[in-house]
Amino acid sequence: MSICLPLFFSAGTERIYLLPSTTMSRTTFFEVEIIDAKTKEQLCFLDKVDPHSTIGDIKNLFYKSYPQWYPARQALRLDPKGKLLKDNEILQNLPVGTTATMYFKDLGPQLGWTTVFFAEYIGALLTYLVFFFRVPYVYSHTYAFTSSSHPVVTFACVCHTLHYMKRLMETIFVHRFSHGTMPLRAIVKNCAYYWGFSAWLAYYINHPLYTPPSYGELQVNYALFTFVMCEMGNLSIHISLRNLKVDGLRVRKFPMPTKNPFTWLFFFVSCPNYTYEVGAWMSFTVMTQCLPVAIYTLFGFIQMSIWAKGKHKAYLREFKDYPSVRMAIIPLIF
Amino acid sequence: MSAAAQGTSKAAHSDVAPKKKKGPGALATAYLVIYNVVMTAGWLVIAVGLVRAYLARGSYHGLYYSIEKPLKFFQTGALLELALISGIVPSSVVLTGFQVMSRVFLTWAVTHSVREVQNEDSVLLFVAAWTVTEIIRYSFYTFSLLNHLPYLIKWARYTFFIVLYPMGVSGELLTIYAALPYVQKSGLYSVTLPNKYNFSFDYYTFLILVMISYIPLFPQLYFHMIRQRKKVLGHTEDYSKVE
Repeated sequence: MSICLPLFFSAGTERIYLLPSTTMSRTTFFEVEIIDAKTKEQLCFLDKVDPHSTIGDIKNLFYKSYPQWYPARQALRLDPKGKLLKDNEILQNLPVGTTATMYFKDLGPQLGWTTVFFAEYIGALLTYLVFFFRVPYVYSHTYAFTSSSHPVVTFACVCHTLHYMKRLMETIFVHRFSHGTMPLRAIVKNCAYYWGFSAWLAYYINHPLYTPPSYGELQVNYALFTFVMCEMGNLSIHISLRNLKVDGLRVRKFPMPTKNPFTWLFFFVSCPNYTYEVGAWMSFTVMTQCLPVAIYTLFGFIQMSIWAKGKHKAYLREFKDYPSVRMAIIPLIF
Repeated sequence: MSAAAQGTSKAAHSDVAPKKKKGPGALATAYLVIYNVVMTAGWLVIAVGLVRAYLARGSYHGLYYSIEKPLKFFQTGALLELALISGIVPSSVVLTGFQVMSRVFLTWAVTHSVREVQNEDSVLLFVAAWTVTEIIRYSFYTFSLLNHLPYLIKWARYTFFIVLYPMGVSGELLTIYAALPYVQKSGLYSVTLPNKYNFSFDYYTFLILVMISYIPLFPQLYFHMIRQRKKVLGHTEDYSKVE
């Protein structure tokens, strides 16, 4: 048991000692001092902290005295410029004496990953539909609520919509997020990216002056097929990544190909989910023969390559027996 | 946009590098010195060209043509700066890159591309601002690299921008504005629907957006320079005049 005392009442430090009502085995209780990283003023002093407490527990205690700073907003460090302490780290395992000093920084309003993904994907999905249904004021008024005569435009709408519905389903049922939250500014930036590009692509594909692909039905059907294959591939990888974390043990392992042929891409790359994602968008580009889609695909490819490279390096660092033939995102290339 | 702020981080690097780590090696330093000397000389050529043309014609008009080629050469040459900086101060490449790109954009995509604006006085306004800024800036780097920076140059580099930066920005904005009607009429660099790649681009609208972007960007860069000025010139009592 401990009490956190916000120190704006008096100059002296009030400490209340609570005697445990039951005889506990010989445990040295810790004291935790929380200091504002910027102003260096002492915000809180925690007494009788169980050494087995985690950082998460400490954040909860701090939250009791400062209800505006819920745990997800708290950044605690042992040194103002040091590494962020993780919620699952245990107090007695930290390099501190029995009195620990921690520096606090407010990370600002936080949003859960699920909320962020929802906002991004629903926005992208609905924005596209605004253009597909030719809502008034988007195109010239003679075209309001008309529909395109080209089948490919309908296919494109179905593909785009299903793509984001799949992502929403995955967010709810498949993905497991390691970091709980993301700062508010990030959601604004991310939504601008997704919604903005969705609008830009949709504007051209659903435009009354849209020109269908040069090689006609052959091009559309072929691209549609590869699009579906890549979506299935991407989903397979997401599911196999989820299954990696099922056993709940601390055993860390890297993903391996399974019986599902789509996962065989793991023989060649560390992040086949990104490979399939690029494949899907390339298919969409070919299917619609639309330069803005190609540009969007390129941006996505660049971003995903950076992520894939990072993940690949992390795997190499962590696992000594990591297959050397594997590349990050493009088989045999990089 | 005037690249006055561009060198700030590089200058900071030159000021800070000897204290923190060894800084660029001897060969890299040699290359940098040569580069900065050449650039200083280049912009001096432009300055002299402007003065001589003015004296010959007796008026401020149409001076662009007398320095068109060296301006294009040396302003575009600043792209080389990005390659050099990326090896030494990678963090400042983005800011510098942005500055250089905007200068190159104005030189080629506006002034060169829209012949009708080349006679405008606004062109002289930004060319003059760029010329004075660059002469000071490149000589500042040269002397810094040789560890013999006269206080006058340092002072000039962190003071002249106060007038030159707004002057350059005004010249640039007025030039873009002057180009607008010609771009709209000729459809320069514009693509319309329908076409095979289902893409369109309106250069006229793009230029207007560029002009609008000055509103948030210019104050940020300007006040950044002012803060740098306080930092660099504010401690002259503490440090010796020669870096």
